[in-house]
Parts: sequence; C-alpha cells; structure tokens
Amino acid sequence: MAITRGFTGRRKTRDPRLPPGQYDAGADWPVLNAEATPRIGTDRWTFTIDGLVEQPVSWTWAEIQALPRSRYEGAIHCVTTWSKFDMTFDGVSVDTLLEAVSLSPDAAYVMATSHTGYATNLPLEDVTGGKAWVVWTVDGSPLTTEHGGPARLLVPHLYFWKSAKWVSGLRVMASDEPGFWERNGYHDRGDPWLEQRYQGD
Amino acid sequence: MVAWQKAMVVEVRRETPNAKTFRLKLPAVSEHVAGQYYVLRLTAEDGYTAQRDYSVASVPGSDLVDLTVELLPGGEVSEFLHEVVEPGDELEVRGPIGGWFAWRGDSPALGVAGGSGVVPLMSMLRLSRLRDPSLFRLVVSARRPADLYYGAEVVGPQTTVVYTRQTPPSWPRPVGRLTADDLAPTLTPTQTVYVCGTPPFCDHATGLLESLGVSTDRIRVERFGPS
Repeated sequence: MAITRGFTGRRKTRDPRLPPGQYDAGADWPVLNAEATPRIGTDRWTFTIDGLVEQPVSWTWAEIQALPRSRYEGAIHCVTTWSKFDMTFDGVSVDTLLEAVSLSPDAAYVMATSHTGYATNLPLEDVTGGKAWVVWTVDGSPLTTEHGGPARLLVPHLYFWKSAKWVSGLRVMASDEPGFWERNGYHDRGDPWLEQRYQGD
Repeated sequence: MVAWQKAMVVEVRRETPNAKTFRLKLPAVSEHVAGQYYVLRLTAEDGYTAQRDYSVASVPGSDLVDLTVELLPGGEVSEFLHEVVEPGDELEVRGPIGGWFAWRGDSPALGVAGGSGVVPLMSMLRLSRLRDPSLFRLVVSARRPADLYYGAEVVGPQTTVVYTRQTPPSWPRPVGRLTADDLAPTLTPTQTVYVCGTPPFCDHATGLLESLGVSTDRIRVERFGPS
C-alpha cells in the first residue's frame, strides 16, 4: 500500500462496526439500482420459492403478511462504500418461508430474483439460520419503492446488492451461478468484512 | 483480484467551479469499456485508507485515463483530491469495473446526463466520435453554462444541452428541467439508453423515457449518490 502524499483522513471517530473501506452514511440512505425504478402494487406482488424443491410455493401479499413476523436490527453495508447503522427492518425470516417447502438434498445455492428481472446468487447457508429476511418496513414505515418496496430481500451480513429490491422469489439450485452484478464483475459472495467487492477479491 | 495499480497524476484540469479532471498515467494501457469506472484509494501514513469510485471520461486504449471528480461538501476523498492533489502525485487505483453501464461503441445508444452524471457518458461521446458518431446521442442537463462539464468539447451535432437555471445569451430553450420534448427527437427504436445523475434526476429521466414508450429493458441507470 503506497502512502498518499498529504493524506491524513478523517477517521478520528471511526466506528468499530464499520467494515474495512466503508464509511458511515449517517442519516443518508443512498439509492443505487441499475434499472428504472418499477412500480409494483401489493395487489400484483408475489413471492415464490421454486427450483430444487419438491413442490414450489407462492405467497400473495396478504399471505406473506399473515406469517410470523421477524425483525432485524443492525447495520447494512453497500459495496459503493457506505454503511448505515441502527436500522430496523420488519418482515418474515427466510427460514420461515423455507419451512413451507421440501428442499432437495442437492440444494446448496439460491438465486434471489426481482420483479424487475434483477437476480443475485447466494449460498443457501447465507439465507438460513436467522441471517436473511423478506422485509416490508424499515424503521417502522413501509419500504418505499426506491428502496425496494413493497418488499425486498434483506441479507445484512453481505454487501447490500445481495438484498434484492422488489424481490419476487428464491430459485433453489445445486450449484452456484452468477446473478446480475456478479456477471458484471462483482463478487459471488460479497462479505464486507473480507472486502469481497469484485470477482477475484 | 483486480489489482491495485500506482497511477501518476500528470494533469489536473478544472471543468467547472465544482469539478476537476485528474489525468492519470497508468502502468499499462487501460482496456476499459466506455461507462466503466476505477476505484481510487488514498492511504494515510498510519495505514488508514479511504476509497471511492470515479467514472472514466476518456476513451479506452491509452495508458492515460481521465477521472472527473465532483467536489462534494465534506467529502473526505473529493475534498482531498481538489485541495491537495497536483501533478506528480501518485494515487492508487483499481479497475476498470462495471460491465452493465458500459457501451462498446458498436450499437445505437443515447446518453441522458444530469450534472456530474455526464462523466461516463463523455467517455461514450468521445468513443463515438472516433468510431461512428451516428450511433450516439447525448442529452445533458446542467444548472448554468458555468456548470457544464467539458465545455466546448461536449457540444456539437450529437448533443442537446438543457439548462435548468440560467442559459447562455439568446439560447433557444427557456430554463427548466428536462422534458419529454427534449428527449423525443433523440430517440430511435433500438437504442440502449444510459441514464446517469442524481437519484431524483434518474427517476425523472426514466419516467420521461417510459412516457415516450421506451421499454425499461432498454434503459440502464447509474445513480450518483453521496458515496
């Protein structure tokens, strides 16, 4: 690492909760997505688990709302280097959703898909064991469209592009395949503490 | 991994009161695709680092790359670059990165830029002028003439400039935000549309494009946030 002449930085109060290379966005919540922001009404929203399952299962908006609620409180980390602390998201745990299907013994990965066509790949173990949610409120308010509303995936221990906005389902797979950003140079797993930003990191 | 490279600052050029272009000499020719960006890293003596993404404004195929940096109030990296960095300094970069908001210069495309969002689209405009100018159109929105990046170079038969606050003398279009009428004459049925700017600008522009019948699968968006 080469020292930059004259650079001291402003990390006097650096928060130990910040992964390497990240900064605290404070009250801002930057919006980044690669497509036009869609308008998906709750009347048309569905969530489906298919792929390597005995029987695919779909939920309507009313059906998913009727499931037991689960909350995440903590930080989120975007690959573009901002992090946000003390967020509260409410929705349903992916564990609860997976209880409704019978996974094939070969199941090892999922492709999270969006109503826009966006997709992002994750190891099954990153969306099970209390590590992932489908959420529709943030800090007590409905998730806005720009942040993925009516509902998005939330996988807060990985970079936030894994938390697919406008989520439409999980396709269960035996082997890994790249999603949208992963085909475009981003890392297949995206652990912020290992700075897995780009393919090969 | 995409390796960090040492780059030498060979020129610093002021584009607007709030934007400077840093011309970097890389150890090797940059094979970026127009629209891609580099990550720039600053390192303090105690090992503390700060890094940000900056779009490339120059064309591929040279060991010189132009990164244009908007000065953001309180921006740890942009303020350092604007206030301290000068020719002869060494900076670390890695890239190029991004395979989606990228144009290879061989298919019809339209760029729609707000403010600093013109940077990656400038790479596309410059590339098209080397390849086939008929393939690329650019609509760029700026607050005032002084805020237009790349000044005289950006204007020309491929470019429509929209001013939102103040125009040059005897400018035919009144001030005002981008409208469907500004975009309509630039549209063709097959072009890919690259929209870049702040999130509100991108949402406004994509809304106009959709109202003009451009299907969302032909629209690619890069939102510049405070990051």
